[in-house]
Amino acid sequence: MTAPARQLDENRGDIMQNPYRPYPVRIDEIITETEDKNLKTFKFVFIDPEDEKRFAYLPGQFAELSVAGKGEIPIGIASSPTEKGFVKFTVNKVGLVSSHLHAMKAGDVMGIRGPLGHPYPWEALKGKNVVIIGGGFAFTTLRSSIIYMLEHRDQFGQINVIYGARTPGMLLYVDELKAWEARDDIGMHITVDGAKDPDWKYNVGFVPTITEQKAPPADENTYAIICGPPIMIKFTQPVLDKLGYGHDRIIMSLENRMKCGIGMCGRCNIGKDFVCKDGPVFTLAQLNGMPKEY
Amino acid sequence: MREYTDKIRQIARRLLEEGKVDRVIGFKKGSMPMMNEPCVIRRPQDADQLIWDGNCGINLANYLTGAKDKVGVVAKGCDSRNIVTHIIENKLDRDNVVVIGVPCQAMIDKRKIAAAVDGEISEVTETDDGKVVVRGNGFEKTFDRAETLQDNCAICVHRNPVICDEPVADPVPEQTDVDRYADIRAIDAMSDAERKAFFDDMFAECIRCYACRNACPLCYCPTCFVDESRPQWVGKGQDENDIRTFHFLRAYHCAGRCTDCGACERACPVGIKMRVLTRKLEKDCKELYGWEAGMSVDQRPPLDAYKPNDPDAFIK
Amino acid sequence: MKFVKIDEKQWAEGIGKLKSGYRVFGPVKEGKDHEFRELTGDASPDMAFSNTRLSPKSVVYPQSEVMFEYTTDESRPDHHILKEPRRDDTPRAVIGIRPCDALSFLLVRRNFDSPEYKDPYWLRNYEATTFVGYGCNDPCATCFCTSAGSAPHDTQGLDALVVDRDGGYAAKAITEKGEALMKAAGWTDAMDEAEAEALFADRAAAAEKKITRQVATDKLAEKPSMDLYDAPFWEDVAFSCINCGTCTYLCPTCWCFDIQDECRGCEGVRTRNWDSCMAPLFTAHGSGHNPRGEKVQRVRQRFMHKLKYYVDKYGEGIQCVGCGRCVRSCPVNIDIRKVCDMMNAYDPEAANDCACPTT
Repeated sequence: MTAPARQLDENRGDIMQNPYRPYPVRIDEIITETEDKNLKTFKFVFIDPEDEKRFAYLPGQFAELSVAGKGEIPIGIASSPTEKGFVKFTVNKVGLVSSHLHAMKAGDVMGIRGPLGHPYPWEALKGKNVVIIGGGFAFTTLRSSIIYMLEHRDQFGQINVIYGARTPGMLLYVDELKAWEARDDIGMHITVDGAKDPDWKYNVGFVPTITEQKAPPADENTYAIICGPPIMIKFTQPVLDKLGYGHDRIIMSLENRMKCGIGMCGRCNIGKDFVCKDGPVFTLAQLNGMPKEY
Repeated sequence: MREYTDKIRQIARRLLEEGKVDRVIGFKKGSMPMMNEPCVIRRPQDADQLIWDGNCGINLANYLTGAKDKVGVVAKGCDSRNIVTHIIENKLDRDNVVVIGVPCQAMIDKRKIAAAVDGEISEVTETDDGKVVVRGNGFEKTFDRAETLQDNCAICVHRNPVICDEPVADPVPEQTDVDRYADIRAIDAMSDAERKAFFDDMFAECIRCYACRNACPLCYCPTCFVDESRPQWVGKGQDENDIRTFHFLRAYHCAGRCTDCGACERACPVGIKMRVLTRKLEKDCKELYGWEAGMSVDQRPPLDAYKPNDPDAFIK
Repeated sequence: MKFVKIDEKQWAEGIGKLKSGYRVFGPVKEGKDHEFRELTGDASPDMAFSNTRLSPKSVVYPQSEVMFEYTTDESRPDHHILKEPRRDDTPRAVIGIRPCDALSFLLVRRNFDSPEYKDPYWLRNYEATTFVGYGCNDPCATCFCTSAGSAPHDTQGLDALVVDRDGGYAAKAITEKGEALMKAAGWTDAMDEAEAEALFADRAAAAEKKITRQVATDKLAEKPSMDLYDAPFWEDVAFSCINCGTCTYLCPTCWCFDIQDECRGCEGVRTRNWDSCMAPLFTAHGSGHNPRGEKVQRVRQRFMHKLKYYVDKYGEGIQCVGCGRCVRSCPVNIDIRKVCDMMNAYDPEAANDCACPTT
């Protein structure tokens, strides 16, 4: 017999299972990250503290930022699960929703829906050397990963970070970069395409070049996580090949246009896999056997 | 029709052999009765795939937008007028296109025929004496070809190609005694409420697949206004205002450009007769400016020309 | 009570009775074609139809559906908080659905009811619905259900099946849901089981014989996905396509959707609308980059999804029930039967000199 009509509004348990319903959050702080002012970091707190527990995530996952009246955008989570009481996202101003977000202010109410997708393969990375290669504004889930690894420092071997931006003013999370630079348990290799500042004391050069110079030699125990613009990835990959990194040791995070974030709406697929649900993290070995539809 | 097909194949083969074109766009036989498929032929030996009959209603000018290579194209009257429009609108270089001109004997309307018989149609043949024979499981019915025409073909006054490099046959006589706007005048005469009800009824079935737009050779905008997100001009659901906005605006966008090829109605999966919108604007352009779209590559359309001595004050 | 007979009068009365407990949907003639519509008032299903023009998927999956409501009025305490609208979960009955269309719901369910996520909108509508099938006696020339895991009298996805019988119908309950519906309709006039079995079997066999077109799908699973993806025939298949999306909108198994926010003043809704892989916007990134920006990529996506990705993902055959709607309504005669045969027969070794395959 058919199920009786249900009053779903009153049934919170049922609503919680609606994967399209965002958790209500309040914007706690907005930080302008870059000199072109196109990148802002949003720090959110959950209006219902219980929602923070439900939003249990690992570095590499993403969420849909949801603005009533405007829509949703999928954004990688920039905070680390080891940071409590808030979640952080760094958003590039591109389209309708991100432009609206950039015009919002602390105290405004919106939603986040997630966590979505697979994180970086933390189980496999345990006890291994990790080299993080990032470029431009794609450094967000890499920030999450660095903080996460530093909090669990004893679980990893060597950690190296190669991070590049066009100019010093386009680097994200500058204060944190400096703090990591001062530590001796992480190798930081910050670079810019060019710097006018005579006091710039880090590297100058494109990410592939710096990778060739600074990345640790490849072995079974070393993984590279790469996130960046297509041009950076295109030229870094041959460098990693040259250094001998196996394609199953190169981990990448993809982007595609998304709506549902849960593998249902059909648009972000590459072959039979969805970037949202089966990704966004793939090894290069996996991607080699998939259509280049990203 | 057999002579047309033979001649088209001959011309296509020759053009490809002589290297005058890189490819020829025409029709090949479809997989169902009353359906042909637009196709591209690149090798002389494939020219025999080309055919011509009363089921070549798709406007092939749609496949020429932005072509940079040398293309031969099979074109009936309306297709040729859209080729002219493409040339005027800088979507096609006259030197790049070889028009294989087909004096059109009008296209048959598969929906009219399907509605006039009971049961599934297995075969439809056109005879030389102007009949259409429809066969199916346990029935055979013969129609006068004239009763089976697409609505736009029945009132067409430009059946012969207006530009033609390779004629397929001698011109056919043009229809002269047709009233193109009887239904438009009837809508003009309606009260506001009647007209609103008429349009509401007309759009009720629309599923917003945009087949009409995509079948139209005029609709080549890189991003159609319905797909714009900043600003978003129309909502994307089934709101009747949004549906109306789409249809009306699209029609206005075709004002002074539409050749009444009927591709929109032919493509519509739910049978919306949206040509009343484009023909209303066609009528206006004719009455206000004495303009018919796509008749000459040498004349600018009235809606994209400015004259300092324009009699209307608003433009000054 | 597994089999019942229903005379014309009982049928009409039964439809009337159902309306008190169900929202009843059935085929209705509109203009020259039939569509599934909600039968209100005295409306009764018009069973003299072959295939409806649109598929009945909208009964469970409306073209446009409100997911959430909200207000952006900051004077209200709940501003910018999304809430599910009150839903109508009244049981629904679809009377006269064709077996191919009924199977489509099982295929689509794999997408909306995944191990990780449940789509509450689709699932609640689906669970609220009882599907009463109508055995197909005269399949269309475009039908190929028997190649797509269904058959004119197939019962997958159905709660009850009705077939023609002298002076009315015979019905078979397939699930408890179906049995309950038949009871509610007062269709309880038991039929001799042997006689009924024979009638159902005869009807099914006669109809199946009329399906003349077979499509080969047996080799799709074993073909490497990238071989098919890189096959040379896609340019040719796609040439005539005008990217209109008619095929996807009419298809009972196409489920892709878009999510949109719309406001009037401060009152807003988040809706989902059918979307189409044929539209360039479907995959366009905010940056302007588009991984499927070319028509040929979109056409390939549609066929690869239905005939390869789905096959590989679920191991349950193709994402197609052979209803033939896309074949009939494609304005440029792109025929999935031909494409499927081509994919199934594709051998990259033999394809070297294949500039112009016989599409």
